[in-house]
Amino acid sequence: MKARVIVTLKSGVLDPQGKAIEGALHSLGVDGVASVRQGKVFDVELESNNADGARAALEQACEKLLANTVIENYRIELA
Amino acid sequence: MRAAVVVFPGSNRDGDAMRALRQATGREPDRVWHADADLPAGVDLVMLTGGFSYGDYLRCGAIAARAPVMDAIRKHAARGGLVLGVCNGFQILCESGLLPGVLMRNADLHFVCRMQHLKVERAAAPFTQRYAQGQVIKVAIAHGEGNYEASDDEIAQIETEGRVAFRYCDENGNVGGAANPNGSRNDIAGIYSERFNVLGLMPHPENLIDPLVGGTDGRSLFDSLAAFRPAA
Repeated sequence: MKARVIVTLKSGVLDPQGKAIEGALHSLGVDGVASVRQGKVFDVELESNNADGARAALEQACEKLLANTVIENYRIELA
Repeated sequence: MRAAVVVFPGSNRDGDAMRALRQATGREPDRVWHADADLPAGVDLVMLTGGFSYGDYLRCGAIAARAPVMDAIRKHAARGGLVLGVCNGFQILCESGLLPGVLMRNADLHFVCRMQHLKVERAAAPFTQRYAQGQVIKVAIAHGEGNYEASDDEIAQIETEGRVAFRYCDENGNVGGAANPNGSRNDIAGIYSERFNVLGLMPHPENLIDPLVGGTDGRSLFDSLAAFRPAA
């Protein structure tokens, strides 16, 4: 079973990289961009096809390693 | 004082750390490999050094913080043992939960590598007893992710408990403003744990121990540690 984990900065946490990308988009003439926040995507392949088990494993993965929950939120999407 | 220096894949300041500890303590520190499950018996101080452990993959210090040796270091700290994390070592201590907060990308996105003045905010600790309270010292900084951030509650707690070890300042001791190289909250350059036995800081005192390389203001930190005697 395939899954995607999306890790994003919590709102209110300053994102200098997102700001730099936002500035670059403006200087490239891309109109209508109000703001950019950068995050991470992990595509994970799981051995089992059990959705509950997969979700539990991925939550553990996020809490233990993939996200720093001081500053980041995570979202799990099962395919 | 028996010291150990931990080496992760990608550590690169371990030689400097060994040299500073050797100079101050008069004995050879143990070198500990990240995959070791135990620390050498009788170690008083564990030092996590600068570098780019695991290539800074995922987040700075994130993977090193989950290495087998970290469980031993957690137990050592819980027993009241001393732990010092410099630069990447500070990032690892935050990621491992031994210190609160996180080191984020420098606010201006630039890697900073230069000399930096610091104010000693707390001299009453095993790491800084040879400094004077409020003393201004000049050491080196070299980091891209030294922007200290924590929740408002954590920052308030750290401040209330007097756990800021060093703040960024100019040569006259004026804290903050243009003297803050990375956007750190409250100009924090280093913090202590609740029991003051764990210190993490971004600057490199281990590189300022010899007049040949521009100063000796870092030496007092290692002399403080060498002179420290834990309560029996």
